[in-house]
Amino acid sequence: MNIIGRSLPKVDAAAKVTGQTLFADDLVLPRMMYARLLRSPHPHARIRRIDVSRAAAHPGVVATLVGSELPIPFGILPVSQDEHTLAVDKVRFVGDPVAAVAALDEETAEEALKLIDVDYAVLPPLMSIDEALRRPDARIHDYGPRGNIHKEVSFDFGDVDAGFAEADHVREDTFFFEGNTHLPMEQHAAVGSLGPDGKLTLWSSTQTPHYVHRALAKVLEMAPAHIRVIACPNGGGFGGKSDPFSHEIVVAKLSMKTGRPVKMTLNREEVFYCHRGRHPVTMWIKTGMKKDGAITAMHFRSALDGGAYGSYGVASLYYTGALQTVTYRIPRYKFEGVRVFTNKPPCGPKRGHGTPQPRYALECHLDKLCHELGLDPAEWRLQNTLAPGAVTANQMKVRTIGLRECLEKVVARSGFSSKRGRLGAGRGVGIAASAYISGAGLPIYWNAMPHSGVQIKVDRGGGVAVFCGSTDIGQGSDSVLAYVVAEELGILPEDIRVVTADTDLTPVDLGSYSSRVTLMTGNAAIQAARRVREPILAAAAKKLEVPVARLRAASRRIFDAADPSRSLGFAEAVVLAESEHGTLGSVGSYKPPRSVAKWKGAGVGPTPTYSYSACVVELSADRETGIIRIDKVWIAHDVGRSINPLLVIGQVEGSVYMGLGEVLMEEQAFRKGRHKIPSMLEYKSPTTLDMPPVESILVETLDPEGPYGAKECGQGPLLPVIPAVTNALFDALGIRIDEVPITPEKVRAALEGRLRGPRMPEFTYPETVVVPPLEPAAPATAPQGAPR
Amino acid sequence: MIKTRLRLKVNGEDREVLAPVHHTLLEVLREELALPGTKHGCELGECGTCTVLVDGQPILSCLTLPIECEGREITTVEGLAADGALHPLQQAFAELGSAQCGYCIPGFLLTAAALLRERPKPTRSEIAEATGGNLCRCTGYLKIFEAIELAADRMSKRA
Repeated sequence: MNIIGRSLPKVDAAAKVTGQTLFADDLVLPRMMYARLLRSPHPHARIRRIDVSRAAAHPGVVATLVGSELPIPFGILPVSQDEHTLAVDKVRFVGDPVAAVAALDEETAEEALKLIDVDYAVLPPLMSIDEALRRPDARIHDYGPRGNIHKEVSFDFGDVDAGFAEADHVREDTFFFEGNTHLPMEQHAAVGSLGPDGKLTLWSSTQTPHYVHRALAKVLEMAPAHIRVIACPNGGGFGGKSDPFSHEIVVAKLSMKTGRPVKMTLNREEVFYCHRGRHPVTMWIKTGMKKDGAITAMHFRSALDGGAYGSYGVASLYYTGALQTVTYRIPRYKFEGVRVFTNKPPCGPKRGHGTPQPRYALECHLDKLCHELGLDPAEWRLQNTLAPGAVTANQMKVRTIGLRECLEKVVARSGFSSKRGRLGAGRGVGIAASAYISGAGLPIYWNAMPHSGVQIKVDRGGGVAVFCGSTDIGQGSDSVLAYVVAEELGILPEDIRVVTADTDLTPVDLGSYSSRVTLMTGNAAIQAARRVREPILAAAAKKLEVPVARLRAASRRIFDAADPSRSLGFAEAVVLAESEHGTLGSVGSYKPPRSVAKWKGAGVGPTPTYSYSACVVELSADRETGIIRIDKVWIAHDVGRSINPLLVIGQVEGSVYMGLGEVLMEEQAFRKGRHKIPSMLEYKSPTTLDMPPVESILVETLDPEGPYGAKECGQGPLLPVIPAVTNALFDALGIRIDEVPITPEKVRAALEGRLRGPRMPEFTYPETVVVPPLEPAAPATAPQGAPR
Repeated sequence: MIKTRLRLKVNGEDREVLAPVHHTLLEVLREELALPGTKHGCELGECGTCTVLVDGQPILSCLTLPIECEGREITTVEGLAADGALHPLQQAFAELGSAQCGYCIPGFLLTAAALLRERPKPTRSEIAEATGGNLCRCTGYLKIFEAIELAADRMSKRA
């Protein structure tokens, strides 16, 4: 291969380093106005009356908007259509949008917000799972099974009680993972513009233009054919720009009311209110083990503090129970979970979506079990990894699995075995492993169409345009399209123009979430490129008088593999092909394979293939101050195949960084109903001075489902970092802190024996659904075709 | 809205603009001068994203009034490349994949340019110290450090 596997710069690298990439807030259109949102000052209140007349009369104000003008609700999941663009009768968190103003400039819009009169009847703020469960009468929403419960689930995959009875040792632990937020450097922005043809265009910093398109059509009651959504390059997403948002609908509606373009850029405080970040999750886990370390059964409970709206929450809830099983052999498994509404900014998907919390709990819990049974934690993990092709107790199908190699490499490179327990006072090493999906197996709304589509147009001059709905949020998805098509057509990435994330111009790709883009757009691009290559090669074969099968394409030439001197320029071959076959173009698409799982709720967890990661952390902890310094991180990631090692390592390093922030400092804190720290200064995130050296190791398993064998790499490597740090802290100081972030205060409290561990909320999970095992045709651990 | 007339020298060009008196240098650059390469992450001086150079020193343009910059040399990311060639820092950032989403990168480039002028061969810890006020959420900073080192190496060889 000529392009795949090489560390090439991204196709947009020059634009990014010269400041020429245009983000949503950089757009300026003629006659453009500026809008601002009035947000609720109360965590929970009924709105008795809104009066915008004083604001509307303010000089420079062009239009106002209130909730009653957009009565149709929306939400990312079909089962949770619980948001209104602007509050209709109720506000549910401090920051909930209430009204909007468009004015000739931003300052005037901001001034006018102060002239909007809102009469609130304050309701009890429910700021925790416990408070929300204690007040079923003060319902935040009027849907869900009862009280403030958004969703509750319980599934048995095998008889766990029998499994615990067989065990030599049973252990239970409770963990708490505090919520945290994405903190993208770019504040969300959107521009709406109703054209003279009555068609609407929205530019937005969104990761999911297709879903925004659907939400706009629904809420604005407009034909989707008349709406165009263009996702601008995102200045960081991490999941925080994956929901349709009020500000997007507001600029569209204000443009429809005025016939002028309208822009809105959120300030940093508002970005904290948009949130959709990591759910705070309390977890209880019970595992039975034989003396030799074999797991006999596992029971896992989660309780998610969902915040004020549904968002992706039902999926987040299922994810807290889905992927425990896809790393090690767990023959019987039970999962119970609940998501509760509270009066806080809504939680949703952040890098790792619903899986960092349970992975943290699981890897710490297993470390404790190994310690109690005198087992080496690295050796235990190596002995118990799943076999390729395994189908888990909860019916998740594993394809290739590079976990063993990942573990071996991080253990060897870090010297884990010789360091554990031997580094001396205050220093320690810890290990953990994990798995993640390479794209969700199912779309967010039920349909039978492809998840990703690619269209190719070939120019007579040898240029190639690739059209795809995918959204580059910095991970390099535009570049992946160029690399794949260049590889297949034998041209160079710079010969390719990539047009993405425009619902008018590009075939649908579902969006940049669930680590799906490289695998799905890559496969769609391969199909489209091979289809358009056919007539080009046929024309070249005819001209060169060589059988098609002997032709190869590389470096802008098509040549005879047996005699490379017999060759033709790519552009020349295009002219011949177009002369013979007419205009050249093609489409390709990709849809994940059908899941083997046969239970309701199994829509979350299946994927074309899982990625695997293993991590060793070495740290120093100061007994006096409680401050933890990370000395080094070794991380190995099974990426299937590195399409571009430079970009893969960038994703791995970024994941390590984000995991370190989550385990050591990042937290959403609230006081008296308000976000305590909605600013970048007070919301602590790691700086250049906090970042340790990282040794990244890429493992290739060449997965048959991936393009050239590739799996995801943008989210999975975050997962093992968090438990590896907590396990290293145990090695360093002999203390277990069962909640993150592990702040210096908690280290001090643990050393002084005054740290109270987390406890599960008092809640009775629903009656369990007993899931029968799959037909014997699919035995539990039979390896199936997973060639290296 | 009261406006004031400003005479600014930006990227070597003399510019005269009429701007609202309360506009910060960040706003004047982005809005009045149509130079959107300078980005904003907080507008409170907390993230370093809006860093530009004034007389070669990195400053936060969101906390600076433009009137203080009259008669001084302002450099933004648009002014880093010279004679159609990328600055060695830009070249190194592009080659090493140091710009993922790229939003914080103009601020890092200018901070690094100032550092390299004072310390042509900085150590890793000097680089971390100098860029300690610039936040990046994508990269974990490592590829940024490597690019600054690569550029320093190339610049010192060229000198």
